[in-house]
Amino acid sequence: MSARRPYVRSMDGWWKRDAYFISYMAREVTAVFVALYAIVLLFGVVRLSQGEAAFNGWLQYLTTPWMKVFHLIVLAVFCYHTWSWFNIMPKTMPIIFFGGKRLQPGTITGTGLVASVVACLAVLLIVRGMS
Amino acid sequence: MKRSNEPIFWSLFGAGGMLAALIGPALVFITGIAVPFGLIFKPDTMSYAHMLAFSQNWLGKIFVLAVIALFLWHAAHRIHIVLHDFGVHAVTLVRVLCYGGAFVGTVIAAYTLLKL
Amino acid sequence: MADTEKIIEIQVLRYRPEQDKEPVLQSFKVPFTDDMSVLQGLQYIKDFLDGTLSFRWSCRMAICGSCGMMVDGKPKLSCKTFLREYYPQGLRVDALAHLPIERDLMVSVEDFVTKLESIKPYIIPKEPRTLEQGEYLQTPQQRDMYEQFSSCINCMLCYAACPQYGLNPSFTGPGILALMHRYNADSRDGGQAERNELGYADEGYWGCTAVGYCSEVCPKGVDPANAINQNKMASAINYFTRFITPGGAEK
Ligand code: SF4
Ligand code: FES
Repeated sequence: MSARRPYVRSMDGWWKRDAYFISYMAREVTAVFVALYAIVLLFGVVRLSQGEAAFNGWLQYLTTPWMKVFHLIVLAVFCYHTWSWFNIMPKTMPIIFFGGKRLQPGTITGTGLVASVVACLAVLLIVRGMS
Repeated sequence: MKRSNEPIFWSLFGAGGMLAALIGPALVFITGIAVPFGLIFKPDTMSYAHMLAFSQNWLGKIFVLAVIALFLWHAAHRIHIVLHDFGVHAVTLVRVLCYGGAFVGTVIAAYTLLKL
Repeated sequence: MADTEKIIEIQVLRYRPEQDKEPVLQSFKVPFTDDMSVLQGLQYIKDFLDGTLSFRWSCRMAICGSCGMMVDGKPKLSCKTFLREYYPQGLRVDALAHLPIERDLMVSVEDFVTKLESIKPYIIPKEPRTLEQGEYLQTPQQRDMYEQFSSCINCMLCYAACPQYGLNPSFTGPGILALMHRYNADSRDGGQAERNELGYADEGYWGCTAVGYCSEVCPKGVDPANAINQNKMASAINYFTRFITPGGAEK
C-alpha cells in the first residue's frame, strides 16, 4: 500500500489571501453596479413608453437623495471599471511590433485611457449641443 | 475536449465592457448626476419630449438598446464568474439566472424601443 | 561571517502524512547572514535543527524550477528570495498553494506533468524537410513572437498564483497554456489545430478569467496571462466562422 496521502488545502476565502486578489475581485464586482445602472436606464425606457406622466415620475425619482448618492457611487465604480479595463487590456493583445519595436503594455493602457477621456468629452459635448 | 461556448458570452461581455469603459462615466454623469442635480446642461435635456424624440430616431434606438443590453450582458458574465469565484457550485442555476436576466432585459428594452 | 550574528524565525508548514492529520506550523530560529536565501535557511534547518524537513531544490540559481514555495504567502523561488528581506519580523514558508501537499514543502507534480505531456510540447513541422534540405529558417521577428514564452522553467509558481486552477484543477493552467502558445506561435510549427482542441475548450483558454497574478509572480517573465488571453479573440473568431471556413466545422 502506498504511504502517500496528498493533502489538498481548502480554497475558502482565497480572495482575501492576497492584495492582488482583492483588486481582482473589486474589478469583477464593478459588474454589479454596471447591471444596476443598466436596470435604472431600462426602467427609464419602459417609463418613457408609458407616457409623459410616467416618465416624469422616473425623472423625479432620479433626483431623490438616495438615487443621487447611488449615482455618485456608480460614477466612481465606472471610473474604476475604465481604469481596470484598459489596465488588463495589454494581456489580451497579441505581440505587436511597431517600427521594429515591441508595443509596450503601458502604451496600450495609456492609449485606451486617452480614448476613453476623448469619448466621454465627445458624449458630453454632443448632449450639450443637442439640448 | 469539448469546444467551449464561452465565445458567445465573452464577445458580449467584451463589447459591453468596452462600451462601458469608453463612455460609461459620461453617461452616468449625465443621467445620474448632472441632470438630476441641475448642473451644466439645460433643465430640459432629459425632458419627455427630448427623450421620446431621441428614442424614436433609429440611431437613438440602436444606441439606447446597445447601452442597456451590452451593459447587462457584460455584467451577467462577470457576476456569473464572481459567483463561481466565491465558490457557488450551482453552475447551471447561476448561468440561467445571470444570462437569463440579461436576455429578459434585452427583450424588454428591444420591444419597448420598437414600440415607441 | 558578519560581526554580529542575526537570528531569524522561520515558520514552516509541516505535513508528514504518516503522523499529521493536517498540516501544522513549526517554528525554527535560524542564524543567518545577508547573502543567505530562504532555501539556505531551510537547508540550515535540515542540517542542524530537524533532519526530517522535506523540500525540493537542485540548481540554487533560479533555473531548475524545483524550489518553488509560498514565502509569506507569495509564490517564490526560495533560492532567489533572501532571508534579509524578512528580517527582523521573520517569515512563514508553505508548500505552493493550490497543489496537493505530498510532504512538508513538496507538492505533487503529477497533474502538471500529465498536462505538460498532453499539449505536445515540441515542434510539429509545418512542412517536413529532409536533412538535405537543411534547417528551418526563422527571422528574428518570427522568433520574438514566441521567445518569451519559451523561457518557462516549470516552477509552477503561476499555478500557486492562479485561483481558477485552485478552484478547478481540470483547468490546464497558466504555465502549460503559455507553453502551448509558445509552440503554436512558432513560425516553424504546424500543430495549432491539434493543440487548440484543448485550447478552445473550457479546460483551455476559456478557463482563464484574466486575474493576471500568474504573470506577476513568474520568475522568468513568461507572462502566461498574455499567452492565454491573446488567444481568446482568435478562439472566438474561429468559433463563429468555423462553419464558413473549409474544414472548420469538424473541429
Ligand atoms: S510560466 Fe513562469 S511561473 Fe509558470 S511555470 Fe513557467 S516559469 Fe514558472
Ligand atoms: S533551486 Fe533551482 S530554481 Fe531554485
